[in-house]
Amino acid sequence: MILVMKRTFLGEFEEVVLLVVAACTDQAYGVTIWESIQHYTGRSVTMSAVHATLYRLEDKGFLSSEMGGATAERGGRRKRFFKVTAYGSKALLEILQIRQELWQAIPSGRLQLIQS
Amino acid sequence: MKDQNENIKAPPKWVDLILEKCIAPHLLEDLQGDLYEVFYNNLTTVGVAKAKWKYTLSALMHLTPYFLKRNASNYSSSPLFSYDMLKNYFKIAFRTLAKNKGYSFINIVGLAMGMGVAMLIGLWIYDEISYDKYHKNYDRIAQIMQHQTRNGEIGTQTSAPYPLASELRSKYGSDFKHVILSTWTNEHILTYGDKKFTKTGNNMESSAPEMLTLKMLKGTWAGLKDPYSIMLSESVAKTLFGDADAMDQVIKMDDQYNVKVTGVYEDLPYNSTFRQMTFLAPWSLYEISQPGLKTMEDPWRPNNFQIFVQLTDHADIDKVSAKIKDVKKKNIRQEQLKFNPDVFLNPMSKWYLYSTFKNGHRIGGRIENVWLFGMIGAFVLLLACINFMNLSTARSEKRSREVGIRKAVGSLRGQLVTQFFSESLLVAGFAFIVAVFLVMLIMPYFNDVADKKLAMLWTNPVFWLLGICFSILTAIIAGSYPAIYLSSFQPIKVLKGAYKAGRFAAVPRKALVVVQFTVSIVLIIGTIVVFRQIQFAKNRPVGYDRDGLLTISLSTPDIHNHFEAVRNELLESKAIEEMAESSSPPTNSWSSTSGLDWKGKDPSLSVDFQYNEVSHQYGKTIGWQFMGGRDFSKDFATDSSAIILNETAAKFMGLKDPVGETVTWFTIPYKVIGVVKDMIIDSPYEPNRPLIYNLAKDPGIINIKINPGISTSAALAKIEAVFKKYNPGSPFQYHFTDEDYARKFYDEVRIAKLTTFFSILAVMISCLGLFGVASFIAEQRTKEIGVRKVLGATIVNVWGMLSGDFVFLVLLAFIIATPVSYYFLHNWLQKYEYKTEISWWIFAVTGLGTLLITLLTVSFQAIKAAMMNPIKSLRSE
Repeated sequence: MILVMKRTFLGEFEEVVLLVVAACTDQAYGVTIWESIQHYTGRSVTMSAVHATLYRLEDKGFLSSEMGGATAERGGRRKRFFKVTAYGSKALLEILQIRQELWQAIPSGRLQLIQS
Repeated sequence: MKDQNENIKAPPKWVDLILEKCIAPHLLEDLQGDLYEVFYNNLTTVGVAKAKWKYTLSALMHLTPYFLKRNASNYSSSPLFSYDMLKNYFKIAFRTLAKNKGYSFINIVGLAMGMGVAMLIGLWIYDEISYDKYHKNYDRIAQIMQHQTRNGEIGTQTSAPYPLASELRSKYGSDFKHVILSTWTNEHILTYGDKKFTKTGNNMESSAPEMLTLKMLKGTWAGLKDPYSIMLSESVAKTLFGDADAMDQVIKMDDQYNVKVTGVYEDLPYNSTFRQMTFLAPWSLYEISQPGLKTMEDPWRPNNFQIFVQLTDHADIDKVSAKIKDVKKKNIRQEQLKFNPDVFLNPMSKWYLYSTFKNGHRIGGRIENVWLFGMIGAFVLLLACINFMNLSTARSEKRSREVGIRKAVGSLRGQLVTQFFSESLLVAGFAFIVAVFLVMLIMPYFNDVADKKLAMLWTNPVFWLLGICFSILTAIIAGSYPAIYLSSFQPIKVLKGAYKAGRFAAVPRKALVVVQFTVSIVLIIGTIVVFRQIQFAKNRPVGYDRDGLLTISLSTPDIHNHFEAVRNELLESKAIEEMAESSSPPTNSWSSTSGLDWKGKDPSLSVDFQYNEVSHQYGKTIGWQFMGGRDFSKDFATDSSAIILNETAAKFMGLKDPVGETVTWFTIPYKVIGVVKDMIIDSPYEPNRPLIYNLAKDPGIINIKINPGISTSAALAKIEAVFKKYNPGSPFQYHFTDEDYARKFYDEVRIAKLTTFFSILAVMISCLGLFGVASFIAEQRTKEIGVRKVLGATIVNVWGMLSGDFVFLVLLAFIIATPVSYYFLHNWLQKYEYKTEISWWIFAVTGLGTLLITLLTVSFQAIKAAMMNPIKSLRSE
């Protein structure tokens, strides 16, 4: 019997965005997420890429969003706040578990070799 | 002032305008909000100009398809090719196929036949265009040919004079890598111990193996350096030596020369010009066997040999060809200049497919057949696709509910299109598999008819790629109409049952049936005309009696030296009626001459008469029909300088009473003693050529007329015994003249057989489709027929009503097909000098025949529908 993996796979950037949304202490919206990604990963990312990924993750069901109240600093426009869904957190946990298993599977000697 | 300041500190207006125009409305607000927020942050940190610049850049980066204007969907997007849906489509497709076994069968078998034909023709075309490609120097090899003016016409020939080769080598050597003289491919006797075989091969100059890139299994390309050497093909080596090593063995050639085997090469493939070259002997051996060659009085005159060349890598074939155009004119004697010989190079790539010349110009060749069959293949495949489309659309009403329900539960149109395509893909996939099996089944017969050695290219990835692409293409063509048509149904109408195909819904279907039958009728008419043309040529008077006539070609002089003894012995044993010698067999002409002169001949006319040197008994053996004068006779010693003309020669010379006239042949006067009826020697489609007979000096052919009183096998046994007695060195090999003669029709008979095969298939596929469509229509009109019957319609009425539609379509197809086929066949016949008429009855017979087949196909369904009990059909809902 063939085991079919029903889980939708996450791309590397998608995973980072999802993690950042999960890690936000305040309510997460486009600008904060964009800044956090640059802060954590140290790479320069365009805002359009972040937006596209956020909407795509929402389409796939990993994130949900709702509109907040109007703010003056944005010319009166509302913010869209993102939240990780239950499906999203399950996916993240699964990834974490796989990573951990893999890390544990690495023989200790080899890691030292890489470090030295 | 403050306003202006505010304005300066706001993001550029034009960028906002673009964003508002382009970005999807449900995304715009928070997107633009985020951008503004960053802009205002930047204002304080990096300044106005840089902030504006960054804003513009960042905003314009959002102009990707992902954010572009579209309506917000209330549903999550569903990908077109999701695994689960595809699985479902295939499941439904399987169920539909299994439910309608009859239609699935018609669909798959019809499509498989079409694909099989296309595949077979594809393989055939591949074989045709890869002709001679076995030779690695394919692009560089050419043959020396000439255009010469004879009897007022420009003829083109491959034969060339012997000194031309050395002339090319010495004067134009920088353009040629190899210049190789070669004999024709002739029969020779190879003897090893007590094993004797007649094999065909050439004498060629020593670099021939290198030029032809023979694949040496043993020995090297340099094996022809010594005159007493020979290179054998693998199969000949096997017949002579079995599994033993052939290298360095000494065999006897023509019972005369001991030659050493210096190489064994892989058999040349069937699609090579040199396929009959089963051994290769050195040219130097030929020179030894023909001592007269070097002492010839005018060696530039006779064209006896072939010359093959390989150009150097940088030489341009057209330029070299132009350069050597006049090489022969510079060397021949004054009186031969009237032949105006233009020498040119015929590249190997054109030998097979483009070697028909008319008046000194290349006009085509076998490539026409490649086009012809390519078109037939495409058409037969088209017929099969049409079937598929017709059956699917006819079935559309039955599946309209399924479409309605799918749409009601949320299928998008794109998904339905995918579904129908995956269904046709499945059918095409099945059909492909069936087609491969069909092709494997038919291949041996096809090879036999087409004179080919085709094989499935199992290991060739290109074949599989083409096959699969082909199936997908077929599936897309065949599935396009149902996919687009069925998916356009409106669910409400269909589910309410209000959906009825409009009056014009059947028009495309009818058009397709017309196309199918047009193609079929054109193919049938074509087949009949090809057969008529062959029959026409066969009915031409042959001019001699082929019954019980056989020819034996002699490789050694033994029989010639004992001719009288052999003849007497055979006559005594009652095995033969008569036998005679000649220099050419009755079905071929091996010699022609230009040296004839007669009273009243235009001195500037260049002539080319065929001639045949015969013995006294020839006329009686072959059954000459005299139009005037007498046969050669031993009673007249002067007959050694007498000639007999054929009818065409007498006409050509323009002599009123040719018998008794004197004709000069290279300064020697000959007296005409008789005129005989023309014999068909060359192509039966072409006019006869002038031919003269004189008495033999050194003939090479024995003609035997078997005694009709005894059986052929008994006669052959007796003849063989006598031949073995006088010529023990040669195997006894003979040809029946009627078989040789039949070979002249080979090409045309092959085309006829192939077109017959394809026409039958085309008609079968068309009828299969018609059968399917007719059954659907009968099913659709079940109720109507029930009502009609209740109201008093008879079976004949109903049958007439159902068949009438189809008869009309076939008549329409016939009207279209008639001019089309006339046009093509008229053009085809133009290439024959002797051609049949395209008479009206061919069209009449084809039309009636097609109509009959149509009626038979349709009637089965029509009568079945008409016989149904109206109570049952009316109660069914």
